[in-house]
Amino acid sequence: MNEPILRVIKRESMSFKGKLLVRAVSLILALLVCGIVITLITGYNPITVYVTMAQGAFGTKTRAWSTIKEMLMLSCIAIGLAPAFKMKFWNVGAEGQILIGGIVSAGCMIYLSNIGNAGLFVLMCILSALAGSLWAFLPALFKAKFNTNETLFTLMMNYVAIQLTSYFVAKWENPVGSNTVGVINQSGHEGWFPKIFGTQYFISLIMVIILAVFMHIYLRYTKHGYEIAVVGESENTARYAGISVPKVVIRTVLLSGAICGVAGFMAVAGASHTISTSTAGGRGFTAIIVAWLAKFDSATMLLISLLLAFLNSGSSEIASKCHLNDYASKIVIGIILFFILGSEFFINYKLVRGKKGEKK
Amino acid sequence: MNSFITLFQAAVAFGTVILFGCVGEILTERAGNLNLGVPGIMYLGGIASLASVFIYEGSTDSPSGIVCVIIAMVSAFIASALGGLIYAFLTITLKANQNVCGLTLTIFGGGVANFFGGSLNTLAGRFESVSVPATSAAFRQTLPGISGAGIVGKLFFSYGFMVYFAIAVAVIVHVFLHHTRRGLNLRTVGESPQTADAAGINVDKNKYLAICIGAGISGFGGVYYVMDYIKGTWANDGSIEKLGWLAVALVIFTTWKASHAIWGSYLFGLLYWMYYYIPGLTRRSQELFKMLPYAVTLLVLIVNSMKSSRDKQPPHSLGLAYFREER
Repeated sequence: MNEPILRVIKRESMSFKGKLLVRAVSLILALLVCGIVITLITGYNPITVYVTMAQGAFGTKTRAWSTIKEMLMLSCIAIGLAPAFKMKFWNVGAEGQILIGGIVSAGCMIYLSNIGNAGLFVLMCILSALAGSLWAFLPALFKAKFNTNETLFTLMMNYVAIQLTSYFVAKWENPVGSNTVGVINQSGHEGWFPKIFGTQYFISLIMVIILAVFMHIYLRYTKHGYEIAVVGESENTARYAGISVPKVVIRTVLLSGAICGVAGFMAVAGASHTISTSTAGGRGFTAIIVAWLAKFDSATMLLISLLLAFLNSGSSEIASKCHLNDYASKIVIGIILFFILGSEFFINYKLVRGKKGEKK
Repeated sequence: MNSFITLFQAAVAFGTVILFGCVGEILTERAGNLNLGVPGIMYLGGIASLASVFIYEGSTDSPSGIVCVIIAMVSAFIASALGGLIYAFLTITLKANQNVCGLTLTIFGGGVANFFGGSLNTLAGRFESVSVPATSAAFRQTLPGISGAGIVGKLFFSYGFMVYFAIAVAVIVHVFLHHTRRGLNLRTVGESPQTADAAGINVDKNKYLAICIGAGISGFGGVYYVMDYIKGTWANDGSIEKLGWLAVALVIFTTWKASHAIWGSYLFGLLYWMYYYIPGLTRRSQELFKMLPYAVTLLVLIVNSMKSSRDKQPPHSLGLAYFREER
């Protein structure tokens, strides 16, 4: 057989500097391509484009907080997904778990508005976490018992959850006939996150920081985290080591679902104060990419979420300035993610000139 | 009887959209690649066909139906296959994670389609939406004479050509996968790329071809939706995305067999539209009824994994990147 000119070889490991360099280069390339695409569509020069984006994302206090809100949602979901993914359990059901958490929160706000704010807050948080867990429990149980494909199972659960949301939207619609729930507890703000330092997102910020630190410690420094890593690397190794794989799978996925449920609570009680089928809004899918790219590291997840939130609000700003529609941001995000995903290759593999007998 | 006929017709129309999506995805998954970009690919197919015939219809006074159809189909196939190519390059050559790349493709495809779809609507005028009447008429053209005649005519011959084309594609893919040498090779790649490689089958080439052609087929689902189902218009309402996920669900339901996809897709259509024809349902309970296709898919997924009969399992290497030096 003739030797190929270039050969792919798996890297042992790459230095932190090297990884940083690869990622930075891919990001810069991606931003260049996006700049060119936007310039072609709008006719602006790329630098104006990015200045406008920065203004759109952080130009005023309100805008900055709304970008941060988006970032918090994404990172909260990504933090929830991280343990499941590290175990190689493909929970693509975050979308559904968020919605279920959201439904429960909205339900509490509607039916239990008279029990006092502190109690309501705690109750909503716990119940939405339980609801998210429950939604994740079924796929986990069948995965553990019958090795049912969890990617497909959780994907289907999303759509069951969406229909369930439509059902509750129709049930709680206000005013009748509008097919939207409207802002819940507009007058008394029962169940709303209170404003601290002039913003209702401050509590979300604290919650996400706590979750991020917790997940960092949980995955790196606890026995549970170690078991997750072993099961993720090889189920057989885990079995030889006496780890009960079904137990670890179910426990981890319950945790994952619970955090996604809390994300639904944050979205409903801490931001929109309503529930609709777009409460999750595709973030459950975007967060999968965040968690994966960050290799489940909490700080990196926060950074990537920030980047995506920035692109999101920045592109919306450009779109509205040029009378284009909002979907421009999805194109930009898609392109950037393609580049970052592709760049992973250069971290895990290297290309060498094909020489016989060089290295096996 | 009349309501049964309309239900049946609605089911077939609905089913045809997801039949294309599903058959394309079956081809892809048989090569061992789980492409969660189906919704994005269907979006790309839909918008490519709409934009290209929009330009064509605007450029001439008397657009010819056949030319419209050819332009729509070819541009949709190319755009969708290119979407598939991005995914294939990332997952095969760069060995990136399939789930993540697929989801990104869905985000990207949905973004491109809705962006240009919305812009076309703006171009078409402030309060109107874009429309391509000549193309839509060509796509919706039924067989004259036979289509309106009697129950049989209404049930089986009252559709545009894409409905029959979808069935034909499904049959061809089935025959290819199960009755040809190349199909066997492709399935081997999906089951065990190591074995295929050892047997001298070019794993990467097979995967690339299956993914790109599969994506092209899935893209036709978008064309049918845009041209026939919503009559040559565009709506930024996310329905193509929902249908795309149903197509992915249908792949599971059919246990990766294109022949089952034909009746499975119509069954999904029936389940989806049934709420409309059951008397006494409130708007609330209708929403619960719309869960049926997903619930049924879940049931099939669970039952098949419990029975663990070998011909009903996903391709064994589904979702895994292949690297020759890693065994």
